[in-house]
Amino acid sequence: MPATDADLAPDQFEDLVDAVTGGPVEFDGLVVQYEDDGYVFEVPDLHREHLSVEELERVAAANAEWVSNWHFWNVVVGGEGTARRAFLRWLEAADEHSVRGRYDAMADGGIHHEWGELLVTVELGEVGYRRYELRHVDDADAGRGTLTAHTEPRNLRDLSKYDDSGRYRPLKTAPSLVDGWVLSDLTSGELKEALGFVYPATVENWHREQEGTLDVTHWRETAERQTGIYGVVEELPREAVEWVTEAACVDSQCLKRREWQYDEDDHLETPGGDGPFPCREPCSLVVAAARKWTKLEEEDEHTYEFDLTPSEKEQLEAIVDAVADGRTEGIREADVYEGANRYRARYLRAKRFDDDGNLCGVPTEE
Amino acid sequence: MQALVIVAHGSHLNPASSTPTYAHADTIRESGAFDEVREAFWKEEPSFRDALRTVESEEVFVVPLFISEGYFTEEVIPRELRLDEWDPDLWESDGTSASQATLYAEDVDKTIHYCGPVGTHDAMSDVIVKRAESVTEDPDVGEGFGLSVVGHGTERNENSAKAIEYHADRIRDMGRFDEVKALYMDEEPEVDDVTDYFESEDVVVVPLFVADGYHTQEDIPEDMGLTDDYRTGWDTPAAVDGHRIWYAGAVGTEDFMADVILERAAEAGADIRDALEKVREATGGVPASGD
Repeated sequence: MPATDADLAPDQFEDLVDAVTGGPVEFDGLVVQYEDDGYVFEVPDLHREHLSVEELERVAAANAEWVSNWHFWNVVVGGEGTARRAFLRWLEAADEHSVRGRYDAMADGGIHHEWGELLVTVELGEVGYRRYELRHVDDADAGRGTLTAHTEPRNLRDLSKYDDSGRYRPLKTAPSLVDGWVLSDLTSGELKEALGFVYPATVENWHREQEGTLDVTHWRETAERQTGIYGVVEELPREAVEWVTEAACVDSQCLKRREWQYDEDDHLETPGGDGPFPCREPCSLVVAAARKWTKLEEEDEHTYEFDLTPSEKEQLEAIVDAVADGRTEGIREADVYEGANRYRARYLRAKRFDDDGNLCGVPTEE
Repeated sequence: MQALVIVAHGSHLNPASSTPTYAHADTIRESGAFDEVREAFWKEEPSFRDALRTVESEEVFVVPLFISEGYFTEEVIPRELRLDEWDPDLWESDGTSASQATLYAEDVDKTIHYCGPVGTHDAMSDVIVKRAESVTEDPDVGEGFGLSVVGHGTERNENSAKAIEYHADRIRDMGRFDEVKALYMDEEPEVDDVTDYFESEDVVVVPLFVADGYHTQEDIPEDMGLTDDYRTGWDTPAAVDGHRIWYAGAVGTEDFMADVILERAAEAGADIRDALEKVREATGGVPASGD
């Protein structure tokens, strides 16, 4: 008989019998136990009892998906209470759908979830083993053959190190993951390893949030903990922390959903984001940038006088906007209607900067 | 289950900073010595703060991929890992002799064996010598050669210089090189004047840094006069003031560093079975002279 996805391997049945020897097995709708006069086998629409081990094997084979499902979760995955297990269960909505429904969905194109910019797909492998696939969400509809295939989770470590223009990505959860690749036929362990390279600790902190045990450290406490060159960040004014989060923590810059606030009872107005995984405290990039902003905020304001045409004032605003939104690369060479166009910027510099680079010849007062 | 977590500095700017950490972690992963091996960084992710929750093992060996005892190993890392009972005295170190301390991390409910940095391990002396062999392509290099161990050095942390001095002394005691000298970037005796400190015509210079980056690939080569502009590269050996300078890359990039990490963990009680032999085969390592 040709093997089907729902078949059962002999060792899976042996594992079940071994488990029942230790006590009743109850899992995802499957009940198997031993009573004085034989085995009991139960799934939602079937109850058999007084079974010999041979009879049990036949009943198990006829209801293979229930047994292979038990085997996958309890022998292959294990890890009761771990983030890894909870995440894998979540991927196939195991607590909401029956084994049969999940097997059908996994066999028919797989079950998909977005995790940051990753598309995670779980498919049914042989004898109930799951196989996982990772690709960029933008490649959701691409044929597997059109994507560059990788086999090792650690390939993703290298792939996720640079953006598509070859620049180093110091923040793993920045929305700049390259596309065009696929990692398929992953085991559950390999999936976890790959996710750990692309989005480190996101599964663990998501799990804590699900369990109600996410340990959020707010800005004040984080700033007060800093020492050395970062000790100054606790002097950053409250309103500046608002600007910090607007600069670095919104969804356009980081896919973590910010759960930390200025303080537990003093929330920031900047939107925290909509991503599936939480940000539990200001990251090292935010702290390092905040150090620079703390020093900049120590400066006093001065009144400068510049003579600019209305269009020149608007052009300066357009340049700041274009840099802040990362749009400068996309501004066409000859699009002189864009204030942040390179020719437009060079013209403004030629007209308004003196030889020392001062805007309108106005020196910077210290 | 037991896990190894290698903690390193990392960088927001330099993508090569984490490369040796990943390379050594991969070597150890393949040896099968630990159920889990994870990297964590001060400047990259996972952060030190989140590192311990990324492993499932209840017993975790934390090995700092840092050169010396000091601010990072004594203050930053234990604080960020939330090792609440940590006190530098637990290491009973004279500045270069930290081995390990066993602590409890409450947020993850795990036993943590917090090891001394790899940089002060005795086997690092062998790694430095190995670097000298690699850069000269001579497995017997020594006679007729001077060796300089170069450290960052900093007035703020005397242990930084102690680690450099420690290995320079040990290598001098091996009697293999004609002269051995510790030099520094930020304090006297400075690496800028390297040729003033050696009589030997041939001098191997090994920077005791974890990763190649700004200091090892830009600052030091220019300061020593190997090149006027690091971007144009330099010769190996390079002629400077009548000497031939054989400049090696950062010592932390040497494959054999994986052995030192494993030794740190083993000395802290990790059950690594035959992994050390496997890693030595993979890295071409030699038993530490301290054995």
